[in-house]
Amino acid sequence: MSVESPAVATATVLQRTPLHDRHVALGARMVGFGGWEMPLQYSGIIPEHHAVRARAGLFDLSHMGELWVSGPGASTGLAYALVTDPGRLAPGRAHYSMICGSDGGIIDDLIVYRVAEERFLVVPNASNAPVVADELRLRLDGFEAALDDASLRTALVAVQGPLARTILEPLTDVELAGLRYYAIAEGHAAGVPALVARTGYTGEDGFELFLDGANAAAAWDRLSEAGADRGLVPAGLGARDTLRLEAGMALYGNELDRDTTPFEAGLERLVGSEKAGDFVGRGALERARTTGPRKRLVGLEMRGRGIARHGYPVHRGGEAGPCGVITSGTLSPTLGRAVAMAYVPTDAASPGTMLEVGIRGSRVDAEVVPLPFYRRPA
Amino acid sequence: MNVPEDLRYTPDHEWVRADGEEGVVGITAYAADQLGDVVFVELPATGTRLSAGASFGAIESVKTASDLFAPLAGEVLAVNDALSTQPELVNSDPYGDGWMLRVRIDDPGSIDRLEDAAAYRTRIEAA
Repeated sequence: MSVESPAVATATVLQRTPLHDRHVALGARMVGFGGWEMPLQYSGIIPEHHAVRARAGLFDLSHMGELWVSGPGASTGLAYALVTDPGRLAPGRAHYSMICGSDGGIIDDLIVYRVAEERFLVVPNASNAPVVADELRLRLDGFEAALDDASLRTALVAVQGPLARTILEPLTDVELAGLRYYAIAEGHAAGVPALVARTGYTGEDGFELFLDGANAAAAWDRLSEAGADRGLVPAGLGARDTLRLEAGMALYGNELDRDTTPFEAGLERLVGSEKAGDFVGRGALERARTTGPRKRLVGLEMRGRGIARHGYPVHRGGEAGPCGVITSGTLSPTLGRAVAMAYVPTDAASPGTMLEVGIRGSRVDAEVVPLPFYRRPA
Repeated sequence: MNVPEDLRYTPDHEWVRADGEEGVVGITAYAADQLGDVVFVELPATGTRLSAGASFGAIESVKTASDLFAPLAGEVLAVNDALSTQPELVNSDPYGDGWMLRVRIDDPGSIDRLEDAAAYRTRIEAA
């Protein structure tokens, strides 16, 4: 078989998070991701995945970008720069958003936190953080808003899983019971000043802690020790990917890119047609909404033997050429079945539609199923 | 990393345990470790002809899919059916219960062109 040479061996410019030494000490397998050297796995993707579903996982997400937008014009400036209207958020709340090009293509997906009336935290993907910072700087020109790229000095640590609240509660002065999903509060956590957000990318309840990079190792150690007897384990990017895929969440570069509109990705709810003012991409997105999408993001479950992977072709029975493409696929550790997400023509997107995935020259049956594949028990 | 002395190795991390005209094929402990938890192994049917260096199947972990390459030319005499329900045997016992193929080797002398344990060990230690 072929063994990929570790990206860390070839790339010389990878950034390291403040928790790098912790990962190495834990025996993590490190990989290059979005310009950062990150832990792919510690004990293994499958045990880490199960730990997050059953108990809790501790993630280093310090590769993510942190862009502060502040000032009297921050709200209106972001409403112009993004497809959503962050001005509708109450202070202390957050929403999922996108920054699109003037052609309507997705530059990145983001979470926008309104930390205070005139203070917003925008969190882009690691690989897109420089591009998003540049775009925001251009788009905020003329608004009374300042952009501060805090990505390199900010650490992000997540505790995700059904026991996340139990583990974090004794370690923070933020009242977690009152912290709603997609809310954020300033306080202390794990012994250091923190912004505590109830957000995540796993399909479980959980918290994300934005910390000063200098405090990250102390907070990580405190969380590890306090959570150990509850079954908290460090979890890497491998488990993060299988967890988000089961939860039907999009990954930029897989489900989302410059050639995809929010409508095709099933995220039309984000596009603020009710917004009064103009925003970048508005014309193209309104035309796209009227025209209707050419393709649709769907869930697939493999019915034959095989695992669909990113880039594999999707076929309709009887047709020679492919009709679509797999964006992400894996063996779902929770379901024990091979699942995937794919772009297919809109008339092949209804649940129950039988399609075929090209796997190493063979066609394997797959059925369109509703997303997400996994929903946490209420 | 375990590299048994009595096996021969390919640059693609397959091993062969040769016994005259017959050989058993699998992947090395190093390869299994690099893959992580194996969740799927696709093997050819008994009777399939193998060409040296050509893909004979695939192995998948949660994260990735990799081709399996034939170390030698020959014919598949048997495949390890246990891997269809217990692919994790490749991780737990790569040189034993995680074997993949039993083959009839076209040219038993061709085994000598594969790496011995010392050469393979040197290569993975340099990786």
